[in-house]
Order: sequence, then structure tokens, then C-alpha cells
Amino acid sequence: MKIIKIQDLIHRYVRKDDDGKEIETIEAIAGVDLEVEKGQFIAVLGHNGSGKSSLAKHINGLLMPAEGTVYVKGMDTQSEADIWKIRQTAGIVLQNPDNQIVANIVEEDVAFGPENIGVPTEEIWERVAACLEEVGMTAYRMSSPNHLSGGQKQRVAIAGILAMEPDCIILDEPTAMLDPKGRQDVIKTVHRLNQEKGITIILITHKMEEVVEADRLFVMDHGKVVMSGTPTEVFARVDEMKGYGLEVPPAMELTYELRKEGLPLPEIIMTKEELVKELCQLS
Amino acid sequence: MSIILDNVSFKYKDSSRRNALTDVSLEIKKGEFVGIAGHTGSGKSTLIQHFNGLIKPTAGRVLYDGQDIYEKEFSLRELRGKVGLCFQYPEHQLFEVTVFDDICFGPKNLGLEEEEIKKRAEESMEMVGLDESYREKSPFELSGGQKRRVAVAGILAMEPEYFILDEPTAGLDPKGRDKVLKLLKKINQEKGITIILVTHSMEEIADYADRLIVMDEGKVKFDNTPAEVFKHKEELESIGLTVPFAADLTTDLMVNGFVPEGSPAITLEEAKAMILASYKKDR
Amino acid sequence: MIREITLGQYYKGDSILHKADPRTKILVTIIYIVSLFLAKSVVAYAFATAFLALAIYLSTVPISYMVRGLKAIFMILLFSVIVNMIFIPGRILINFKIFTITYEGLTTAGLMALRLIYLVMGTSLMTLTTTPNRLTDGLEQLLGPLKKLHVPVHEIAMMMSIALRFIPILTEELDKIMKAQMARGASFDEGNLIQKMKSMVPILVPLFVSAVRRANDLAMAMESRCYNGGEGRTKMKPLKYEKRDGSIFLATIVYMAVIVALRILL
Repeated sequence: MKIIKIQDLIHRYVRKDDDGKEIETIEAIAGVDLEVEKGQFIAVLGHNGSGKSSLAKHINGLLMPAEGTVYVKGMDTQSEADIWKIRQTAGIVLQNPDNQIVANIVEEDVAFGPENIGVPTEEIWERVAACLEEVGMTAYRMSSPNHLSGGQKQRVAIAGILAMEPDCIILDEPTAMLDPKGRQDVIKTVHRLNQEKGITIILITHKMEEVVEADRLFVMDHGKVVMSGTPTEVFARVDEMKGYGLEVPPAMELTYELRKEGLPLPEIIMTKEELVKELCQLS
Repeated sequence: MSIILDNVSFKYKDSSRRNALTDVSLEIKKGEFVGIAGHTGSGKSTLIQHFNGLIKPTAGRVLYDGQDIYEKEFSLRELRGKVGLCFQYPEHQLFEVTVFDDICFGPKNLGLEEEEIKKRAEESMEMVGLDESYREKSPFELSGGQKRRVAVAGILAMEPEYFILDEPTAGLDPKGRDKVLKLLKKINQEKGITIILVTHSMEEIADYADRLIVMDEGKVKFDNTPAEVFKHKEELESIGLTVPFAADLTTDLMVNGFVPEGSPAITLEEAKAMILASYKKDR
Repeated sequence: MIREITLGQYYKGDSILHKADPRTKILVTIIYIVSLFLAKSVVAYAFATAFLALAIYLSTVPISYMVRGLKAIFMILLFSVIVNMIFIPGRILINFKIFTITYEGLTTAGLMALRLIYLVMGTSLMTLTTTPNRLTDGLEQLLGPLKKLHVPVHEIAMMMSIALRFIPILTEELDKIMKAQMARGASFDEGNLIQKMKSMVPILVPLFVSAVRRANDLAMAMESRCYNGGEGRTKMKPLKYEKRDGSIFLATIVYMAVIVALRILL
């Protein structure tokens, strides 16, 4: 089943000068077609300004298409009657962990979403407990968000989305402001939610190391999807990736360089371990 | 010519009374490119604020060219002109109406002549690669990477002898990151300005720094050339840091006997050269 | 650090005061403040002291937390004590040049100081034992009747709760911005008033820009979490008066009766 279906999506915004006169119209998204199967882990890669963030915000109706349509579980995001159902189905986690936590106590923040959609009190308690457990933040349920690290705050934000029991979670550069430890924790949590609960994940990022285990990659540039495929398929095109201002895993890059020098290595080597093994077999 | 930290300790003033730094002694010499690494809370942010007297040590001395910076007659303002510091997300500190005025803010505070201020601001803009067309633009309408370059130019215009940057690449995509780092290298080589780069990324340090200071729990854990420090893979990993891919790979290849024993490679180019040399010798 | 502001800082605990309904605590605090203004005699103050001491004891909040809250009002306290001491006429105790300290002045100043201290301690006790969200919930409920007059009670409560959440974040940010501008050679304590005000621009502009950016983000986050105003919302922690609230009210009424009686009798 297709949970997300994007057809010919175009998004424009207008830049104005100080007098309010329109200077130029920019197409942040310039014709995107994209489909996501239920239960998949997909990643959208692209440099800053490639349109990947705008795309994320279209999926749960925070932005409306100028042209084209976005369907979430068959619902059109432009239909006003469905908007709250859509947001409940496809939750979004934003970049800055501080700016998306509403309440002053962790558990109360997780409860914010369910409260908004009118979940009965007793069930809220059950959901909050379950979701905090899911992201490994149970020990902090009574803490103030201000006393948490960036990675912990981001996991609370994920729990807050999870508590609305979505089918799909979109993460818009969730690790951009985190340290390596926090980054790992968040990515691990997201993978677990995908594998154990079957939640569809759409991860928006420009960090290649976060997407090597994704089911499918989409690379965006200038508002268009320019590459797509499995991580190995995409990363094998080293030069193309670099042209879009992106990186490939270092093992892949080194293999590519060594092959250019004539070393008989296989085309795709994603990890250090594989590369060591292959090199040792050469001699 | 150097900055010396002599047995510096710093205690937080809040209720925790935790030691942020314990007996740190080190010397930063003129012209170096120093990387400082450590996980969040290791004391690296506290450390760098001692270099320009933003915080006062609980015990110990900070010497600039042999002079104690906390002596009465020592001007901290002059020191801050000589030891520039950019915090994380420096673009958040931009405030002037135009890019040019913002860059002038630092030199103005140093009490320079109008002409001199202008000259310095123009030079700095050129140095960071912002052409004339940016001069009258509002800093708020620039992209993230451009804003960051404005912030760097603002410090450069003070003509510092030392330039400290706290995670200057946070939030940037690979392209933006490389641009900033190359700029720092250029500043270091062309102007002889000491660069002190605080980062989580050992890759950045491997590619650019010639000295690496690793902080852990408020103490200096390692202080040596990157190649030497990267030999201690397990110890680094135990304090939440990684070694760069190239060092990791070549260390493994040494264990397997593919390349001869010695210092590990620190950059991908070095690793490539090392592997090629061994491969060709075997033929 | 600027972070250590007691007001609005919750102290974790499981005491009867922590568990009590926020509406109870708000009402009792108001009654207590009124009682402080009714109390004139030393005996009445003794009762007020006892009531507060009992509340602090029951709350399990360390007394040091209350004292920290007092630091903020120290200057006001000192000023009003000195003014009272000097300007109230009566039996002269000490005469030092133009200053005369009178017996009446001294007692008024003393009682005045006590009143201020108790007022601050009483309110911080309330905020220390109530999470900000519960506090705003309580206010929202208490002010509920105003909804009929088209006062946006829910929105105001929501705004208060969000403000409380962001005050520590913005104070920390202020600290960071100040340091960053100091690193660019700025100083904030030189020159006359106008120069000082001008020197605040490099701090206030970035702070304001950041606040707007945060507000934008937050609005988006709230919207994506299906926030759509107060209509149709349920609560994780709905307010319900329990037996303990009855006991607290009873004790407060008895206390208030004593204070009123003392006021009339003495």
C-alpha cells in the first residue's frame, strides 16, 4: 500500500524587497513525483536549500502545494476536512529540539498531541508511558526539558509524535544540531520504530552516514528529485553525488579512487570491514 | 608569542559546584592550526572562553605573550581584538542593517579610525569571498553559509592573531562545511593567524589541523599531532570519540599485514597512497 | 548563572502540597497574602509565621530554595526598611545627624520586611510545589467564568505556559549573545545612559530575531501536533478536588478566622 503519494508537486515562494515589491519567485520544489510504501524507511538527501525541507512540510500539510497533489493514506492534504487526520497520520519532527517542546515537564509534553486530538485521560497515560519507553526516556518523564541534552530532547519530540499513533513519521534534519552521541541515539530510535512497530519513516538529512541502512534514497537538488534507488545504487555514483554537494561513505569513496588507479576491487564496498577483507584478498 | 594556560581550573558557580576544568596547562603558539575535540560536557567550551578572558579561572593563570590577562592594567578589550572568538551558530549574533556595518562592529569597538575600519572590513569581505554586491545587503536575507562567512569576516576585521571557532561547521551541509574549513586554512596560511578549531568531527581535524588536543572530563587527555593521537583508537572510543575512517582502516590493514607497521594514515588521500604503495610493491 | 531564578522553578516532590489541586494552592496563597495585610499585631504575625512554617515543613522543599527566591527582592526590601525606619515619626531611639530612628519606625519597618518576605516565600512555595503547566491549568479553570465575557482564557493560559517554558531558554541565549558580542569587543557598562542603551542594540536585535524564529518553529510544531485551540481538548491531568484539598481549605479558613479575630480584638 502506498502511504504517501506525491504527484507533480510544485512549491513557490515569493521574495519581497523592503517596500513589499516582489523581486523574484523561487521554486523551492519544481515538480516532484514520489511514492512511499507503508513500512518503508526512506531517506531524502540534499544540500541546504535543495528543497528537501519544503518537501517534508508538504507531507503533513504545514505547506500547501502551488501545483500538484500530496496524498497521505489516500487523503489529499489540501482537503480542509482531513487536515487534522493527516497530521495525526504523518507526524513531523523538526530540526531544533528546543523549539518543538511545548510543555515544561517531559510527560506533559508527550501528552500534548493526544490531548489535542481528544484522547480520553486514562488512555493518554497509557500512551505516554508506552511512548516514553519506546524512545528510552522513561527515566526522565518528570524532568524539565531544559535539563536534557539535545539528543534526549529530540527523543522526547519523537515520543510526542508517537503518542498520536501515526502511521508515518517525517524527520526534518533531526540531528543537525546534535552531538555525535545524540545523533546516534536518535537514528537508532528511529530505526527501531521502523523495524518493531512498522512505522513508515521519512528521514530528511544531508548526512550520508545516517542513511546507509535506509530502504530507499531520494537525492534532491534544485527542487527536483535527481537520483533515487537503494543506498548502494546511489552511493556507487560517487562523482554524481559530489556534484550535488553530498558525500558518500568513505569506504565507497576510497574504493572508487582505488579502482580508478586500477586495483581490481568490486564496485560496491560500503564498510571498512568489507574493504579490509577485499584488500587482503588481493595480495 | 603564545597563549599559555598555567594550571587553570574552573568551577561552575551554580549549585552543582562541578569542576569544568581541572589543572589544565597548555600553550598555543603563534601560527598553529589546533583542533580541540571532546564530547559534550568535556570542558572544551569552557576552555576556549579562557583564551580571551570571557571567563575567569577559579585557579591558575592565563598568559598572553607572557602577561597575566587578569592583571589590573591589562586591557581585556584589546585582548579580545587579538584573540577572536566565534561561538556556535555565529550568524545568530548578526544585528546590523547591512553586512558591511556588521563586519565593522568589531573594529569600531577597538576604537580605530574610520578609514582603517573601512579598509579592514573590505579586506575581510574579500578574504571570506563575499563580493561587493553583498556589502549593502541585510545579513538576515543571506543563506546559512553566507551568514556564517559574514560572522567570520566580522572577527577577521579585528585583525586577530588567534582565531577560536566553536564548531564552525555545525548545521552546514558537506559543501558549506568544506568552504568554511578551507577558508580557515587559507586564513592560517596566508595571514599566519593561529586557528583553534573546536569540533566533534575527527575527520575535520585530520584534514586540517596539525595539532590535536583531546579533552575529557575537564582534563587534557591527549595533546599531540593527529597521527599520534589516532593511534589510541580504543581510548578515544571509550570517551565517545571516533578516529577518522582513514586511520581506522590503515590501522586494521597494518594488523592484517597489508601495509607495513607505522603511523596510520589520517586522510583519505594518505590512505590511498599507502594502499597503492603496498599493492605495487606486492606485484 | 542567570538560570537560577526560583520563581517558576519546580522542585520535584511527592508531598501533600505537591499533590494538592493547583486551584487550592492558588486560592490559599491569595488568602494568605490577604492575611498578611490584615495582620498588625505581633501575635497575628506569630500565627502567620506558624502557618508558613507548617506549609514549608509539609512541602519538603528545602528552606534554601525559598531563601534563594528572596535574593531578587533584597534591594526592594532594604529600601523599604530604610525608608520606613527613617520617615515614621514617634518615640526617638537613636538620633544621628538628620536621621532619627524611632521605635514606631523600627517596628513598622520590621513588620513590613516580614510581610514582604512571607509574601515572596508564600508565592514561591506555590510555584515550587506546582508544575507551571498545572499552575496555568489551575488559573485557566479558576478564570473559566470569564470565558462568558469573551476573555480568551485558554489562550492566555497557553501563552503563560509557553512563556514559562521559553524564559530559561532565552535567558541562556541572552548570556551567549552577550558573550559573543563581548568577544567582538563590545562592552555594556560604559558611558552615560544613552550610550548604555545604544550598547544594548547588538544584544537585543539577535535576541529578538531568535525569539521570532523560535515562535515560528513552535507554531509549526504545535500545528503539526494537531493543536487547534481549546475546543475538544482532553487533559492528561484533569483537575479534581480531593479530600486533601478539603483539609487544606479547612485549615486555611481556621487560620484566616484567627487572623481576622485578632485584627478585630487587638
